[in-house]
Amino acid sequence: MSLPAPVEVDDLGYSYGDREALKGVSFTVGAGELFGLLGPNGGGKTTLLQILTTLRRPTRGRARVAGADVVERPAEARRGMGVVFQHAALDPQLSPMENLRHQGHLYGLRGPALAERARELLDRLGVLDRADDRVKTLSGGLRRRVELAKGLLHGPRVLLLDEPTLGLDPGGRRDLWKHARALRETEGVAILVTTHLMDEAEACDRIGILDRGALVALDTPASLKDGIRGDVISLASDDPRRLADAIRERFDSEASVVDGAVRIERRDGAELVPRLAEAFPGVIRSITVGAPTLEDVFVQRTGHRFWESTAQYGEET
Amino acid sequence: MSGFALPAATLWWRECVRFYRDRARAVSSLATAVLFWVLIGFGLGGSFAPQGMPAGMGSVEYLYPGTIVFLVLLTAIVGTFSLIEDRREGFLQGVLVAPVPRSSIVMGKVLGGATIAVVQGALLLPVAPLVGIPYHAGGMALALVALLLTAFAFNALGFVLAWRMESIQGFHGIVNLVLMPMWFLSGALFPMDGAARGLELLMRVNPVTYGLAAFRESLYASAAVGPVAPGYAWAVTASFAGAAFLLAVVAARR
Repeated sequence: MSLPAPVEVDDLGYSYGDREALKGVSFTVGAGELFGLLGPNGGGKTTLLQILTTLRRPTRGRARVAGADVVERPAEARRGMGVVFQHAALDPQLSPMENLRHQGHLYGLRGPALAERARELLDRLGVLDRADDRVKTLSGGLRRRVELAKGLLHGPRVLLLDEPTLGLDPGGRRDLWKHARALRETEGVAILVTTHLMDEAEACDRIGILDRGALVALDTPASLKDGIRGDVISLASDDPRRLADAIRERFDSEASVVDGAVRIERRDGAELVPRLAEAFPGVIRSITVGAPTLEDVFVQRTGHRFWESTAQYGEET
Repeated sequence: MSGFALPAATLWWRECVRFYRDRARAVSSLATAVLFWVLIGFGLGGSFAPQGMPAGMGSVEYLYPGTIVFLVLLTAIVGTFSLIEDRREGFLQGVLVAPVPRSSIVMGKVLGGATIAVVQGALLLPVAPLVGIPYHAGGMALALVALLLTAFAFNALGFVLAWRMESIQGFHGIVNLVLMPMWFLSGALFPMDGAARGLELLMRVNPVTYGLAAFRESLYASAAVGPVAPGYAWAVTASFAGAAFLLAVVAARR
């Protein structure tokens, strides 16, 4: 008999009063999968994570972690997951080893087995030489690694990472991802990670794009980008609406206005660029053309830009 | 058993370690104790003589147990700040997603805060003979238990107040509003016997009165120095601690 999927989310919804923060989200994270939830701040990622970690009860739908319903069997669900929160959850007054011992005791681990497991993880994450220093003397990157060790200590089936690279410099971010991927292999754990960074989402096996509480895309990054026909051309102009109309007329090409810029999706985009420049002298302020990115996928699915969404929707608690 | 006790024990341990690693807190706590010694020894002496004191007892001697109780209650309730800090620093979230019953979290945190408070009070016990209280080893041990129960109750009440709080700003006012009247009306400053009828009534319903009575009677190893019989004082004190604990568990489950 096969084990249930590490994470199953079925028509999950949550409302803060009148505001719907999650509007019926469904997805599954498979065994050993690295699954990314991409979305702007306020998109519903944090609310979803709070429900999965049993800190918030959904107002509709169901969620299971390691086969246990987070509302009906929260203790079992908690045992099946490791969590690394957006904000540090280490005690800065304790050493990494003491933090891990504390964590182990909360999960019913103790004695030499616990010490051995803690040492093994700290070693694997390259923090063993700092095991007995106070956490407050560790850099942000090292602290994050200790957080990873803390989340994995009890051998969960899934590791939930909520914006784990927040506040890290590029080197620290790369480092954390390297370790997360390595741990997926050695620990055989599935990882669900939330992020608002495109390049982090690119690194996932599969992603779900969450915007304004709804899942607008769910696939591998490559398939999502393949869904865009050819290249993406973006034109800046003082009167984008008129320019888009003119392009549709002259070039028989679909052109839309997204957040004040004209956007064209088509094969052989580079070939069109000089013709556009020639056709509308003085109207186009700049032209960019490129292979589709996840940002383009986001724009295609939502009709607005990624960061625009943050500004309009505001910060989530 | 281990599902409750092990997490509680580790939370208790962390509470204590944090206190003594925070040098400012540990030093200021010791300094407060020393300051209280000096005040007890020299300051309050002749200036204050409440009515109805037990025969043959000077005011310094009378005020001594109440002073210790004040220090313990203050430390206990201030210790609840650690809960607000844990929430703000993110540490609490990590504990809440662990498969640990809330009652175990409350027990660990509250017992930790109470332990720190009792150690604080114990620092003042060596001067007992100086104020005229004869030294009884067994009595002292029992006195510490009375302090622990009272500190436990206060830390648990503080837990209820602090559970939903995001900052310590609002907490100070409430602390003063609760702590000061309860201490004033506990028999710490003046005995219940000499008090006006209305005050006496308030003192009778104040649980701190019984904690202080249990402490005082244990310290002297004598029932004569307290306003109520020891059995009664202990029963009320233990019930107070138990009720406050249940209240904190209810708060933490919400």
